[in-house]
Amino acid sequence: MSSNFLNMSGYAVYVWGSYGFAAAVFAWNLIAPRLRRRQILKELSTTE
Amino acid sequence: MWTWFHRLASPPTFYRLADRFAPWFGIAAAGLLGYGIVGGLFFAPADYQQSDAFRIIYIHVPAAALSLSIYMLMATAGAVAVIWRIKLAECVLVSAAPVGASFTALALVTGMLWGKPMWGAYWVWDARLTAELILLFLYVGVIGLNQAIEDPRAAARACGLLALIGVINVPIVHYSVEWWNSLHQGSTILKMGKPNMNAEMARPLYACLLGVYFFMGYVLLRRTQNELLLRESGTAWVKERLESSNV
Repeated sequence: MSSNFLNMSGYAVYVWGSYGFAAAVFAWNLIAPRLRRRQILKELSTTE
Repeated sequence: MWTWFHRLASPPTFYRLADRFAPWFGIAAAGLLGYGIVGGLFFAPADYQQSDAFRIIYIHVPAAALSLSIYMLMATAGAVAVIWRIKLAECVLVSAAPVGASFTALALVTGMLWGKPMWGAYWVWDARLTAELILLFLYVGVIGLNQAIEDPRAAARACGLLALIGVINVPIVHYSVEWWNSLHQGSTILKMGKPNMNAEMARPLYACLLGVYFFMGYVLLRRTQNELLLRESGTAWVKERLESSNV
């Protein structure tokens, strides 16, 4: 059972590659705006 | 109705509403995507032809759908920005581009990873794939154009025009499988009548589809807030928020 899940019937590279890239895209979309917000706040508070 | 619309377009009002709604969009996205991914990876039965490789669908289809929808949103914001010069529209326009680009790339990459085992090729220059690639170039064009022009208002105007010019590509991607001999699978979900997919396979797919739209909503609200802060940095409402450290 576990061999089929990790192995995805032999398609592991393709399936886990896809889910891996998806995880990266979702993570970037979550993190980038947060980092940008912090940068903006720093910029705005130091240009008083 | 126009008063409501104008009030919504007011930067501090939008900023406040975004703060209120964003967490809920995030929660909805997490819940739906959690259910969809778990369902798709663990509970959906393996396909009789594609076996477990079909599970890429739970990423590929939502990403592709989102890539088109974000473009439509971006083009609409572009039209509003060009015609009525509403600042909020300019912010949405600029915010949508990188998000749309990332999901277009995701759709293309997962499509390639699905195509290699199933079609024997990572890429074919068929109508849908080519048009989706062009969509990526359009997104990158909007991003690049925005960074190339110094004045944010002029940049938004140019990007709005580019987004509008490219919008014809969206129906081309969508109908490509109907209009041309495409290697890509034809319409399954949106076609008239009940889709043919097994319910245990379909339910996680619908959950992922809805979930990514809520995710898009969350991300766009946050990004638009950022753009507003930048463009309105000299105004009283931004200064007030900075002072109260409630940004």
